[in-house]
Amino acid sequence: MKLKTLLAKHKSAIVKQWINSIVETYPSETAKFLKSKKDQFSNPVGHTIMAETNNLFEQVMEGIDREKVTPFLDRLIRVRAIQDFTPSQALSFVFSLKYVIRRVVGSEIDTEALDQELVDLEASIDYMALVAFDVFMGCREQLYDLKVKEIHSNAYSLLRRAKILVEQPGEEPENA
Amino acid sequence: MDTKPEFKPGNYLYAAKASALETVGLPNPRDWNPTDDDWKLPADWKGVVREGIAQRLERFRTFKLFMDICVRCGACADKCHFFIGSGDPKNMPVLRAELIRSIYRGEFKTAGKILGRLAGGRKLTEEVIKEWFYYFFQCTECRRCSVFCPYGIDTAEITIIAREIINLLGCNIDWIASPVANCFMTGNHLGLKPHTFKENAEYLLDDIEEYVGVKIEPSFNRKGAEILFVTPSGDIFAEPGIFTFMGYLMLFEHIGLDYTWSTYASEGGNFGFFTSHEMMKRLNAKMYAEAERLGVKWILGGECGHMWRVVHQYMNTLNGPPDFLDQPVNPITGTRFDNAASTKMVHISEFTADLIKNNKLKLDPSQNDHYTVTFHDSCNTSRGMGLLEEPRYIINNVCNNFVDMAPQTIRENTFCCGSGSGLNAGEYLEMRLRGGLPRANAVKRVAEDKGVNMLSCVCAIDRAVFPALMDYWVPGTDVCGVTELVANALVMEGQGEREYNLRGEENPSYVPPPESEGEAEGEAGEEGEE
Ligand code: SF4
Ligand code: SF4
Repeated sequence: MKLKTLLAKHKSAIVKQWINSIVETYPSETAKFLKSKKDQFSNPVGHTIMAETNNLFEQVMEGIDREKVTPFLDRLIRVRAIQDFTPSQALSFVFSLKYVIRRVVGSEIDTEALDQELVDLEASIDYMALVAFDVFMGCREQLYDLKVKEIHSNAYSLLRRAKILVEQPGEEPENA
Repeated sequence: MDTKPEFKPGNYLYAAKASALETVGLPNPRDWNPTDDDWKLPADWKGVVREGIAQRLERFRTFKLFMDICVRCGACADKCHFFIGSGDPKNMPVLRAELIRSIYRGEFKTAGKILGRLAGGRKLTEEVIKEWFYYFFQCTECRRCSVFCPYGIDTAEITIIAREIINLLGCNIDWIASPVANCFMTGNHLGLKPHTFKENAEYLLDDIEEYVGVKIEPSFNRKGAEILFVTPSGDIFAEPGIFTFMGYLMLFEHIGLDYTWSTYASEGGNFGFFTSHEMMKRLNAKMYAEAERLGVKWILGGECGHMWRVVHQYMNTLNGPPDFLDQPVNPITGTRFDNAASTKMVHISEFTADLIKNNKLKLDPSQNDHYTVTFHDSCNTSRGMGLLEEPRYIINNVCNNFVDMAPQTIRENTFCCGSGSGLNAGEYLEMRLRGGLPRANAVKRVAEDKGVNMLSCVCAIDRAVFPALMDYWVPGTDVCGVTELVANALVMEGQGEREYNLRGEENPSYVPPPESEGEAEGEAGEEGEE
């Protein structure tokens, strides 16, 4: 319980450092842009990072619930899943939260002897990481589905006329 | 400038097939792959590039100016959708231009030749060509950056020249080269032969008969028609473009227009524009040649993006003036389109807006009541020809629920779909999702805040690429052409119940007509109480 109080007290410092650690996964010129421009339309990626880290931190404080955390993770991971990252790079941000917490409140955890609470909290972050893997895979799988769908749509009439269009898996070709 | 691009699946486009280049006589046809170490460039490729740059510095004043006057103020840097979405700094327009400007300095300017990198110059190597291929196909030639540059530097024109130069080495992409070859040989991107084109149209005419209850019999290649209608071929076979195509057919039937389709000029799109000025000219010429052969008075053009940029900005210099055509006059309203005095070609949105303004259409906008519509300004029609009001005027007359997206993302500030200028290939979806992120992000806002569920547009590439973009970023948002919305609202003479829309789906806005009370009661009885 005490750890949560400590985290709440240092929330803005933790979230800020967490944001920095995510932004630093981009080249330096880009990192500067992501942090400086506040407008959600001119800087949608930066805006998403700011908004979702805040939301995710709240979730960590509450205790991770898969249903509740998924939409927040989705908004952030959906972006990173199609950018120039390997899967591990795309998801490293979840783990960096652990380092950030230790960096910001590590000494107080020691002096207050909150180690056990920290272990529990980190387990909770690990669980969030597992959910993050699922979200990431979902995005990538959707990407492949969309490719197939787009090829079909682009030649819709031709496929339909040739009677080789199967609209839903398992359905008979139209007019067959 | 030092990091090399790494070609990985999803971030590069497939190389042009040798056969496509051969068909239109482009240099260095060969089979190759961007992931190969050896790109099989011609023996004297450096000479070709130097000569290519020199010729274009002479020929295009803009290019020379843009190479010289950039002060690196950075105003354009964060305006490109590919930079915003990918986070790759080389997609900042200023750095994209620098890819070729540094060679210009290093190879053409005395200071750069002597001082090299100190003067911002660098030498021409094969790595430079690979980098050009990578980054000049991450520019959709959308011109958004030019809106923000205090000097009006248009990086799109730099990309156009850069692509033209790598084409001299045979380094094009297949998604551009094959449509160009097909278009040149048969008249459209997919290479549909005249009978196939016609059969496809007939198929859609059957759909109109089934869903609207009206039989339409348009003419093909009819000499002496008043108007030739040209639209992108995507509208005749791709979903959801086909519903816009059905819309054109219904609109022209509704007003009794004397027009014809050409199965030879069966493509409004012009991927030559993404190849070279010469190729753009060759493909653009056929629309006018066909207009002359058929003896029409003027050309009406459908919903297309770059067709309009070519017509508006280049056509008259390339192939004009088309003196054999008349100044376009709307035969239904008598309006003379002075803006089309030189090109003799009128945009379908201008034409439709004029019909609505003169009360020539019988419309029931409630047929679109299940949609809350927003409108995407295609880069080409907004920044390329200034078509901003007409589509909105039309939508507001055929729909009851229209919402614009945030002002910094529409009209001349519009964000590109991320797939224009020939980048709409399947293998490039991942890159396109990066480029389309800022556009989708603005749609998402109005979808969440205002309940928008339909993204309308006046461009066939938009129609082809937005469905995937929406599915990924804003699920639940459909995509349509503006003319599809017009058709939904059109009250056709002798029409049926309109229980189904053009998509063949039950029309959620359908209300049984009150006059058939007896029947309605009977039906209500069957359906049970409601
Ligand atoms: S023209 Fe468009 S895609 Fe190209 S650099 Fe400018 S903003 Fe980016
Ligand atoms: S805004 Fe214009 S002058 Fe400034 S860096 Fe960009 S291209 Fe150069």
